[in-house]
Amino acid sequence: MIRIVGSRLLGMLVVLFLVTLFTYAIFFLLSADPAVQICGKNCTPERIEQIRLNLGLDQPFWTQFWGYVGGLFTGRTFTVAGAAVECAAPCLGYSFQTSQLVGDMIVQRLPITATIAVGAAVLWLLGGVVAGVLSAVKEGRFLDRFFAGLTLGSMSIPNYVLALALQFIFVVALGWLPFPQAVKFTDDPGQWFLNFILPWVVLAVGYAAVYTRLTRANVIDTLQENFVRTARAKGLQPGLVWRRHALRPALTPIVTIFGMDVAGLLGGAVITETVFGLNGVGKLTADSITANDQPVIMAVTLLSAFFVIIGNMVVDLLYTAIDPRVRTGASA
Amino acid sequence: MTFSSTSLEAEATPAGDSSLHETLESSPPASGRRLLRAFLTDWGAMLSSAYILLIILMAIFAPLLTMLSGWGPYEFDQAAIDPNLGAIPIGPFGGISAEHWFGVEPGSGRDIFARIAYGARVSMTVALSATLLTTVIGVVMGLLAGYFGGLVDLVISRVMEFLMAFPALIFMIAILSALPADNRVFLLVVVISLFGWPYLARIVRSQTLSLKEREFVEAAKASGASSRRIIFREILPNLQSTIIVMATLAVPGYIGTEAGLSFLGVGVVPPTPSWGQMIAAATPWYAVDPMYFVIPGAFLFLLVLSFTTLGDRIRTIATSGEARS
Repeated sequence: MIRIVGSRLLGMLVVLFLVTLFTYAIFFLLSADPAVQICGKNCTPERIEQIRLNLGLDQPFWTQFWGYVGGLFTGRTFTVAGAAVECAAPCLGYSFQTSQLVGDMIVQRLPITATIAVGAAVLWLLGGVVAGVLSAVKEGRFLDRFFAGLTLGSMSIPNYVLALALQFIFVVALGWLPFPQAVKFTDDPGQWFLNFILPWVVLAVGYAAVYTRLTRANVIDTLQENFVRTARAKGLQPGLVWRRHALRPALTPIVTIFGMDVAGLLGGAVITETVFGLNGVGKLTADSITANDQPVIMAVTLLSAFFVIIGNMVVDLLYTAIDPRVRTGASA
Repeated sequence: MTFSSTSLEAEATPAGDSSLHETLESSPPASGRRLLRAFLTDWGAMLSSAYILLIILMAIFAPLLTMLSGWGPYEFDQAAIDPNLGAIPIGPFGGISAEHWFGVEPGSGRDIFARIAYGARVSMTVALSATLLTTVIGVVMGLLAGYFGGLVDLVISRVMEFLMAFPALIFMIAILSALPADNRVFLLVVVISLFGWPYLARIVRSQTLSLKEREFVEAAKASGASSRRIIFREILPNLQSTIIVMATLAVPGYIGTEAGLSFLGVGVVPPTPSWGQMIAAATPWYAVDPMYFVIPGAFLFLLVLSFTTLGDRIRTIATSGEARS
């Protein structure tokens, strides 16, 4: 077990390092000169030179890259308009567009993204598993067909189209939900909850569809296993067969995929937050694209890669712990 | 990344590909005629194909269609919008009339029908090119990794794992926002393909692994066939139905990805129209002029739905006994 954890950790560090290198190289090689952008309109060649010197942009690629990586672990100091700005570890850089540290910008917005992510995750896990189990129980019947159609539609509708449609129907046309307002949970829990219903639903729908299909397929497969037949033949109560024998093995893979999907949610949050104007990390990313604020995009890329990789590892380890059969396979 | 690759990822999960794998592997290749007959009697598949064909024709004949409708995608019709009401279209349902079949854009008065027709070109070009590219790369890489094993397999598998561990959407955004804005269609195809091929390659690899142990491969080896001949003449034909299913199921993901990236402003650059970009432009107007997002939204939704249905049906037909002799 310790050997597996060790090799996984090492692999994770290698992938993280490569992601950092890859992302940094792309921005270094492909993007426009950041010094020119920072300098703005009234710019002289001397000033550009000065900015380059301050930022270390005159240094070769590897020096700059190690500076960035070093900043992640030990922090670094930026010189902005003559003054020194301290950036504590893990330093994700400095945004010249907003004159803020990138790390602070992300930390400020993380609670909103977390709220959307957690709410949506609960919704899609419950919805997907319940719909999937119901479909499996009623295989081939009306309910199964109904969910199959719903699943197909939910998988196919782009979430920004769904967001606009739901917002138009429930907020503008029917008036069942109020226009979203920026309120804190502690100030007005009711309004806060109503604000987040649509974002949760929109983010959850696509995942819920995939989970419904997976759950249905897994449950139907498990019901044909010998141990389920044996349990039934022994005269076990149907409810007990379901709970103890059929659902547990069928749902284990769902849990592992759930971990990975939650870790990858930052990508989905970009669109949901943009459509609903929620000021989370996803919206920050979208705004940074328009403003061409590269340190922010770079930091979000790294952060989401970090989440995904950590998520993968946790899932792998959990799976190894839950299912002993994997252990022998994993060492090969 | 709900809109782009969740469906693909779901297909690639252990449960997803093993079931496909087992059923595809345990039976002989489907006979083409039976497959076609099963397909023709399936109204879901037929309806989807009809819609896809319609969009393809619309994309090809976009210039002719706009000549018929009388308005090009870049022409501003100031007479169709009301400057006193914040430039919203004149007439009900976003200004739908004999003059403008799908209405006009609020603010600019550009004809929505023309922009839908030209937007179909972008969607189709990007999605189909990316599918072609990922299929070629995925099949070749999967075959190489599965057939040769050893170091080749190790390297290809590591690269695949690396790419699949990436948060693809965020990374596509990062790359596209860093790149210069010229020739976006080409860049979109390259970036989407870069992150798309491992999902197919993984399945091709696992099927190749089992196919290469079969008697007919051994027979070919014994009769002195070269590796190249065995891979492309003996193994590849057996992967046909898998490749068709995976490719069809990949198309809707790529359509969604292109639209999503254009929606976020890193895809096709205005004034070139794309459906995702039209929906993004419609977002500030959704309360006053809902038709502006409903029309491109419906076209996009139906296209993704059609390809998904088609892929599902082809898979069912290819893996069920129906099409087998």
